[in-house]
Amino acid sequence: MTATETTHATPAGPSAVPAAALALGDDALVLSHRLGEWAGHAPVLEEEVALANIALDLLGQARVLLSMAGDEDELAFLREERSFRNLQLVEQPNGDFAHTIARQLYFSLYQHLLWTELAAGQGPFAPLAAKAVKETAYHVDHAVQWTVRLGDGTEESTRRMRAGLDALWKYTGEMFRPVEGVDVDGAALEQRWLAELDDVLSRARLDPPEGPRTGAWRAGAGREGLHTEPFGRMLAEMQHLHRSHPGASW
Amino acid sequence: MVAVTPETGQDRALADAFEAAVAADERVEPRDWMPEEYRASLVRQMAQHAHSEIIGMQPEANWITRAPSLRRKAILMAKVQDEAGHGLYLYSAAETLGTSRDELLDKLHAGRQKYSSIFNYPTLTWADVGAIGWLVDGAAITNQVPLCRTSYGPYARAMVRICKEESFHQRQGYELLLALSQGTEAQHAMAQDAVDRWWWPSLMMFGPPDDESAHSAQSMAWRIKRHSNDELRQRFVDIAVPQAETLGLTLPDPDIKWNEERGHYDFGAIDWAEFWDVLKGNGPCNEQRLSQRRRAHEEGAWVREAAAAHAEKQAQAHVQHEEARV
Repeated sequence: MTATETTHATPAGPSAVPAAALALGDDALVLSHRLGEWAGHAPVLEEEVALANIALDLLGQARVLLSMAGDEDELAFLREERSFRNLQLVEQPNGDFAHTIARQLYFSLYQHLLWTELAAGQGPFAPLAAKAVKETAYHVDHAVQWTVRLGDGTEESTRRMRAGLDALWKYTGEMFRPVEGVDVDGAALEQRWLAELDDVLSRARLDPPEGPRTGAWRAGAGREGLHTEPFGRMLAEMQHLHRSHPGASW
Repeated sequence: MVAVTPETGQDRALADAFEAAVAADERVEPRDWMPEEYRASLVRQMAQHAHSEIIGMQPEANWITRAPSLRRKAILMAKVQDEAGHGLYLYSAAETLGTSRDELLDKLHAGRQKYSSIFNYPTLTWADVGAIGWLVDGAAITNQVPLCRTSYGPYARAMVRICKEESFHQRQGYELLLALSQGTEAQHAMAQDAVDRWWWPSLMMFGPPDDESAHSAQSMAWRIKRHSNDELRQRFVDIAVPQAETLGLTLPDPDIKWNEERGHYDFGAIDWAEFWDVLKGNGPCNEQRLSQRRRAHEEGAWVREAAAAHAEKQAQAHVQHEEARV
């Protein structure tokens, strides 16, 4: 595993804060939505509770972040697909449970490193990060435990876990590209992420995925508003009721 | 659990002591002696209650991905999560009677145990989420508050916790409907339509009239149940009628009228044919609810097997480690 090219992002200027809040807020909003799709479909009752818990944490983070950028509901329900700034990773459909866990593992490890870094700084995201880092520690723990169980479980679970990790691998490079207004060293973050991931995978007796980490088309373009096909359908479902009643309050 | 079973029909002393304890409102605990019929009756009721919680997640989860504001989405997700949690407490409480969760789920999936028929109705609009909170959870609370004093200890304690959360659910439903009722014309109409569809099925949640209820008399004697179906139904109507007025919505029953003499609201005749029909499996969503539940369970089988296999490997590794130390 090698690090993709990254640079240190510029510190937040006044106009950079809403844009950065939007990027991080969209990540949380979209992943929360995907996790919400599991309700009533989880493999075991404890996971109904756990997945909903993570979805709720993320939704809470999204609401704080989107409110830093404008009106949370206008931003969530009235933007077009091309205006969303989330990572392509978080919009990927749930797939089977292993696929969802692979997405959780990649994203939670990244988000935990990000919040840790931002919580230690003096920037506009420090207060949120300080609270969110505790929530995300639990998300990491959940994803790691399941990765290890599935990776080192049965033949079938190993195969599925590996398939999930492989399928999503190409979306992981985007997480470490600079985001204006998010004051972190992407390259350093990526090195830590790779090291932590290595550790989890070896505990799960899984080989690290191979291949590029930048997608085949416009790598890391979620932050620029280029998304994957399933995302439009997700938004159509999420936004239709709100859009059907313009100006109504709920 | 040490089960002490008296020789059938002979050890009257134990049975008499049990009856006396229940009559004196003492709690029955898992290790106490209890008649087999009492145990079976409790398992049946608790299983049905647990199943209702997890099947009941479906009609509401149906709207999580379409909730019209982030605040409403968070409330709805939390509510559906609570229901999963209630399912967990109740299956655990049933386990204290020697019946495992797996066993009960198998019976649910095989159609051998029931869940509340109310969840065989569909949630067609967003307002249905509000109507479920206000009416369905409202009816459930009316049924469940007395269960906090039910004779079996673990069930009663689980119910104390559940009732606290249910009253939050009921309030959020009422508040959701109020926002719709006072909103645009289209929103108001949506709220009225939902109440029109959910009112009668909610009244049916209290079960058949007292003279037709199969398990009522024995359950009352054992203090599993503390009030009759008709009593609870009346209590619910008395609470709901003034609430509907405050909401600015009408209830779909022209016979609702305050009866000064009885000190209660009179209400119209319930269509029990519909109740029995839905109970028999002919409701709009019976097949859909059960097949989604079965599918989630079947599709999750490999996950549960993997978790068990991993735990087994860990246990073996631990044993080997311990042996190596000796």
